Amino acid sequence: MIPTSIEEIFLLAAALFVLLAIMMFYRAVAGPTTQDRLLAVNVLGTNTVVILALLAAGLDEPWFLDIALIYALLNFLMAVAISKFTVERGGVL
Amino acid sequence: MIDAIPMGEQLRFAAIVILVVAGLFFTFVSAVGVLRLPDIYARAHTASQADTLGAGLALAAVALALGWQHATVYTVLLLFFVFITNPTAAHAIARSAAESGITPVTSEPTATDGGERADDGPADSSPNTDGEDGSTGGGGSA
Repeated sequence: MIPTSIEEIFLLAAALFVLLAIMMFYRAVAGPTTQDRLLAVNVLGTNTVVILALLAAGLDEPWFLDIALIYALLNFLMAVAISKFTVERGGVL
Repeated sequence: MIDAIPMGEQLRFAAIVILVVAGLFFTFVSAVGVLRLPDIYARAHTASQADTLGAGLALAAVALALGWQHATVYTVLLLFFVFITNPTAAHAIARSAAESGITPVTSEPTATDGGERADDGPADSSPNTDGEDGSTGGGGSA
């Protein structure tokens, strides 16, 4: 399958990004430490943001970008909060 | 510029393809690095740099394809947000791993002081000076 239009390029790239995001599940399941799992989920969230942006351009639905922006915010908040929780467990977080 | 609209469209198409392929390449490098590198610090290094660049290139392709719309502003804001927060999150994860006492994998285990650095405190106290090594080694020999 050779893509001919811009929309097909974005959909094909989104499919490949989904495959790369699925590769992250191995590290998220088999990571030896908590920080390995947290890093894998963080990279997976970044890939999800990119997938949502590519789908917004590929399917011509610009409101996907709102979801991508909220997802990026929650992804960063999750990474900082859990990495703070693993250090001072029982404190503020 | 106005006369060469098909030329401009071809150039924009080629730029979008190049940006998407480069983003896929750097994200693939990041995925292989997170799966294959030995410890959390090397994985955080890969995730903070290669993955940020891959996401930035792919979002730049989306912003270039959308043209002049309101959605382009969202995409550029998302690009800057990912560029700022993704290395920050990886740094926070690596810092929490360092303060949890996870020792990095080194090729020479005797060249570093191993787990003593985690017990002594953060790395800014420069524990690998000659004073500590001289005090412990000198106490053993003398």
